[in-house]
Amino acid sequence: MNHDAYPDNYIRGILNSVKSIAMVGASPVNVRPSYFAFKYLMQRGYDMIPVNPGHVGKELLGKPFVASLSDIGRPVDMVDIFRNSSHIMPVVEEALTLDPLPKVIWMQLGARDDAAAAKAESVGIKVVMNRCPKIEYGRLSSEISWMGVNSRTLSSKRAPAPTQGMRLSLNRMSVGGGDTAASDRAAKNKSEQS
Amino acid sequence: MSDRLPGFSTLAVHAGAQPDPTTGARATPIYQTTSFVFNDADHAASLFGLQAFGNIYTRIGNPTNAVLEERVAALEGGTAALAVASGHAAQVVVLQQLLQPGDEFIAARKLYGGSINQFTHAFKSFGWNVVWADPDDIASFERAVTPRTKAIFIESIANPAGSITDIEAISTVARKAGVPLIVDNTLASPYLIRPIDHGADIVVHSLTKFLGGHGNSLGGIIVDAGTFDWSTGGKYPMLSEPRPEYHGIRLQETFGNFAFAIACRVLGLRDLGPALSPFNAFMILTGIETLPLRMQKHCDNAKAVAEYLAGHPAVASVSYAGLPSDRYNQLARKYAPKGAGAVFTFSLKGGYDAGVSLVSKLQLFSHLANVGDTRSLVIHPASTTHSQLDDAAKIKSGAGPDVVRISVGIEDKEDLIADLEQALGT
Repeated sequence: MNHDAYPDNYIRGILNSVKSIAMVGASPVNVRPSYFAFKYLMQRGYDMIPVNPGHVGKELLGKPFVASLSDIGRPVDMVDIFRNSSHIMPVVEEALTLDPLPKVIWMQLGARDDAAAAKAESVGIKVVMNRCPKIEYGRLSSEISWMGVNSRTLSSKRAPAPTQGMRLSLNRMSVGGGDTAASDRAAKNKSEQS
Repeated sequence: MSDRLPGFSTLAVHAGAQPDPTTGARATPIYQTTSFVFNDADHAASLFGLQAFGNIYTRIGNPTNAVLEERVAALEGGTAALAVASGHAAQVVVLQQLLQPGDEFIAARKLYGGSINQFTHAFKSFGWNVVWADPDDIASFERAVTPRTKAIFIESIANPAGSITDIEAISTVARKAGVPLIVDNTLASPYLIRPIDHGADIVVHSLTKFLGGHGNSLGGIIVDAGTFDWSTGGKYPMLSEPRPEYHGIRLQETFGNFAFAIACRVLGLRDLGPALSPFNAFMILTGIETLPLRMQKHCDNAKAVAEYLAGHPAVASVSYAGLPSDRYNQLARKYAPKGAGAVFTFSLKGGYDAGVSLVSKLQLFSHLANVGDTRSLVIHPASTTHSQLDDAAKIKSGAGPDVVRISVGIEDKEDLIADLEQALGT
């Protein structure tokens, strides 16, 4: 995988297929990017697990913190690492001891460790580095266009009825990618809840 | 269509616009509203805290304006954009994110006269100090760099003479100095030149000109290329430091490669207030749909008119980069192969009086202070747009007393030439 420029289809495929996400370095402080992303992904229907040894015994938006990946005690589809580049390798090494292995390891905006990525990819794990899943979800669903961001997608189809006042569909032609349907799941989960 | 990159004309029609989810309206609706309801208190708090994407109040964002923003970002190849009330507002908002009082920015001397005034006088009162450099002498930009330099500002095609700026050479100076390069791309429009492809970090426009294109709506826009790292050395605290306005958020850390556009929105537009009317956004969007068709016609007409003027006995010289003899022709071939724009100057052997006479005799060309209209326009810069500059500065900026500036419209070129013929004749 070229980690300088991910095809939209690659990112879409990941966001459409994963259901559970363990966020390493999730912060309970509500101005930290990890808090934003945790809350956003939870609202989009992902099963979120906050991982941070400093907050065990507390909850993040109703989800109990665990100290480490191995303490989760159930399979996770994706590990989202909110740590600096220098702290990535030990997290990836721990993720590689999980059984079953996670399908995806995602490193946050600003975080990149090519050696750790190569290690994960060698056992078939998909890797994304230096991206934010919240931004990518918002971009591919065009929801982020409310902020004037170039979603790099086009569509002549009527947008689905807004969920929480937002457009939410990943089924858009990409300016360099393919198609998917992750947000429909989020919208469906939402309507089932209500 | 999976891995295919849409072409420019497709983006000009489609980017940012999707049929309305509620009504199915195909044209972009004009969301003529000041405010937007929240779902609940948590949603409101999330929006105000920048945790969620969404609409709050039209001074911060509006769905019609957002379509315009995404469209121009797509056409320029940027990560995000912010529409504001005018090109001048775009410049204030951009520099507010970059400069603290006492800081400097380097600007090319050849600029729109209004920008020269804004930089020289209005910005001076903010403590933002402009240092001028000569776009025909790249070394003059290098010499102007000091530890207080925070940005470099140029026009891609420079007003009033339509000269072409060597964007790549100046971007090299900017990179070396560790400051962003801001390019005003108004006279080229992204159809002719995409400055981001040549090293620009920020692109600004007066949408009032070729993008809107019909002379009916003011607007400005800021495009973030997503290329600049704002975090180094605390040089750009609006982006790299915790913002007290937002409970300590660091914008670069939170928004990555579109943090500059977000800073312009949530620190600039929100607090300075130059919001674009959604109605204007709609008019400009409609204009952009035909930008490729209009711009090509503008350029083709301009070349024909320039060739005609160059052969006229009353004309002393023509400055149009599309002419093979022009000093900027090499740069035009490199940066603007589809055409050298439609705004240029020529000088008359009869000097100031001949310029005034020509302007008064023209029947199709309108005498007014704008460019980039469907209609052909004419102005005598020395007595109007550049009148506040002293004589030496007028000549340096390409607006000497004998100079006439025209913006060639999309009428039939034969009619434009006939109008010039009757007005230049005795």
